[in-house]
Amino acid sequence: MPGIGHLAKPDKASRIRPVRLEVMEMGKREKEITMKRDSLILGVAATVLVAGAAQSGSITAVSWGGAYTFSQVEAFHKPWTEATGHVVVSEDYNGGLAEVKAQVEAGNVTWDIVDVEKSDAIRGCDEGLFEPIDTSILPAGADGTPAMDDFMDGSITECAIGVIVWSTIFAYDHSKIQDGPTTIGDFFDLEKFPGKRGMRKNPKATLELALAADGVAPDQVYEVLSTPEGVDRAFAKLDTIKDQVIWWEAGAQPPQLLADGEVAMTTAYNGRFFNAIAGEGKPFTIVWDAQIFDTDLWAIPVGAPNRDLAIDFLVFSTLTEQLAAQASYISYGPVRKSSLPLVGTYYTNPDLEVLEHLPTTEENFATAIENDYVFWADNQDELNERFNAWLAS
Amino acid sequence: MPDMAEPILAADGTPLKKKLGQALFRSRLSAFGLVVPLLAFVVVSFIVPIIALLWQGVYDKRFAVLMPNTSAALSDWSGVSEPTEEMYSALVADLVVARKEKTIGRVATRVNRELSGMRSLFTSTARKAAELEAPYKDALIAVQKTWGELETWQAMKIASRVYTPGYLLASLDFKLNADGSIVRQDENRRIHVKLFLRTLEISMVVTIACLLLGYPIAYLLASLPLRTSNLLLVLVLLPFWTSLLVRTTAWIAMLQSQGIMNDLFVAFGVTSDDDRFSLIYNKTGSLIAMTHILLPFMILPLFSVMKAIPPSYVRAAKSMGASDWTAFWRVYFPQSVAGIGAGVLLVFILAIGYYITPALVGGQDGQMISNIIDFHMRKSLNWNLAAAIGLVLLVIVLLLFWVYDRVVGIDNIKLG
Repeated sequence: MPGIGHLAKPDKASRIRPVRLEVMEMGKREKEITMKRDSLILGVAATVLVAGAAQSGSITAVSWGGAYTFSQVEAFHKPWTEATGHVVVSEDYNGGLAEVKAQVEAGNVTWDIVDVEKSDAIRGCDEGLFEPIDTSILPAGADGTPAMDDFMDGSITECAIGVIVWSTIFAYDHSKIQDGPTTIGDFFDLEKFPGKRGMRKNPKATLELALAADGVAPDQVYEVLSTPEGVDRAFAKLDTIKDQVIWWEAGAQPPQLLADGEVAMTTAYNGRFFNAIAGEGKPFTIVWDAQIFDTDLWAIPVGAPNRDLAIDFLVFSTLTEQLAAQASYISYGPVRKSSLPLVGTYYTNPDLEVLEHLPTTEENFATAIENDYVFWADNQDELNERFNAWLAS
Repeated sequence: MPDMAEPILAADGTPLKKKLGQALFRSRLSAFGLVVPLLAFVVVSFIVPIIALLWQGVYDKRFAVLMPNTSAALSDWSGVSEPTEEMYSALVADLVVARKEKTIGRVATRVNRELSGMRSLFTSTARKAAELEAPYKDALIAVQKTWGELETWQAMKIASRVYTPGYLLASLDFKLNADGSIVRQDENRRIHVKLFLRTLEISMVVTIACLLLGYPIAYLLASLPLRTSNLLLVLVLLPFWTSLLVRTTAWIAMLQSQGIMNDLFVAFGVTSDDDRFSLIYNKTGSLIAMTHILLPFMILPLFSVMKAIPPSYVRAAKSMGASDWTAFWRVYFPQSVAGIGAGVLLVFILAIGYYITPALVGGQDGQMISNIIDFHMRKSLNWNLAAAIGLVLLVIVLLLFWVYDRVVGIDNIKLG
């Protein structure tokens, strides 16, 4: 699964690596050191609070680690602690339902709230692992829009409430290709843009991109893909670039492949490229045409020890302001439409407007395709088999 | 000659034979007592889990347990006739319970393996199941007309089998029909047989390459003076002690199209800058990296066997007029065969189960069967199919082992 953990890895190392000894940079480093000390104090305080006082509670929030968890700590955990006095203990995991399932089935749940992918949110709900959530507790957006209209379509499910939108896009190195590709069609055009392509070794998103490149409108991709002819058409399109494709599996690979010049262009999760561009100054350009976006959501395991606090935290962290604040730390789109006008600049670079790098920004979003969870839940067994057989042939 | 009827007695009067037997039994017992902890450990941590896992390849009770009424109704159904109202009402009853117990997701996943589209059919229908009223057949078809189709029921019938050959058949690119007949998988979904063959091919090529590369090195190590050979042995062992992942990624840096090898080729004019060799992310990559990683497993048994061959034998052969080649081929080589046997078997069996290296450097045509097992274990979560493929792989290895025993002889193996 396209773990956000993979999207968000180059965290501490890449934050600290560009240590040029300039005055401004020094200032930044000091800030980072202070930040670390703060979190240390917070950690100690948390321990003391948990051990000593019963009046302020604590919850365990589980997320994907790295820069992604960092963004949540800054935008959600700290402000919530400030506002309520309760403490958030942060834990990392690698996605999937295996751990939640083990805890729920053993009746020994230690996690209060978990950041899950949409497919897992729905599956976990079907299998009775997550609590149903009453959506009436979600307040209206900062601009007064009722919650149900403010949250993007599909970001509220029976058992989980959306936090971010992330997407699969492709990028190229503009220091190597002048007048680079602008559409998904260019990605499949080996004559106009010769060179290797990087794609994820998974039919998910790959087949959709192939159809989009073959001229299928974004809103009809899944309709076409639901027919046997549509699947054949997607594979036929992939056949045209098959011997030029390098298949990647981990989210860290594509920026590396692109930086090494192994591929002329490659698909990846947008946070990965943003990190390479904003954090490491890589000369990459992201092409947003036919981006395939998906949601990450908060879900509460059945039997969570601090269920009520977790729900309070869930409501707090999905407020307009909190979601907007998170975008300053990582380029994933807030699920509330009312958050977009409030999105600021990248936290280490006040000149870098994050808004234009978000999947949900208007100009990036025009031809976006929403990953259809239901389609994949129904067809992934068969399409995985066919994709693997196609790869091996 | 002593009389056979009169047994020799020990000092205390018992027959010597019996006495000896007792002593032997006691020493065997204490020897057994010494290995009991290890035996228990191996049984508990290795044999039991393996059997339990492989068992899943033929045993899947999920549907039968979670949908008991439907399973009972399906067992009486021929698989080709029109489904009856009883079957529909049993289904609705089970769906209501599965929805309430929150087990519908597991049922849906199971049936979806047999027929795509079943997952959403089950989960969405289960949400409405409690409000449905008799006649259930019409009610269900009104919810989704797929419920009226024969293949929906056939998929459920296949899923309701507790002991099923379905996964084993799937791992050989066959599939099971509802009426029990067996047909080949659709052509564009056949993959396992191809991968089994490729796995055997890659393993054999790697084994042969290791033997060709390893034999001269082992010979050199065994014939050099101790101090030099120890130094060289460290060079063999150093990569052996390095992490597998580190060595594999080192090969990526070496072989990629902008990598060291290709840069050298371009610098020496072997190829042009635009036309670099594809040495990695394909079968070549798998072969090169695996050969390098498995080479020590060939060299070490060869070396320890060769070390034990007295050099005086070859000298003796030469002193009696044998040429260098004859002395090697007739005298030295036959004595090193035991090491070859051990090395070949070790490398081949390790290679056949390799998956990290092919996953990283194999691209699309360098993938092996273990990569598919890994895929089903970690990603598709179809452990039953993973177990079945594993079972087939185990059988293939045992078969090859048997053939090896018949051709070369398993006694003909020495690790030193």
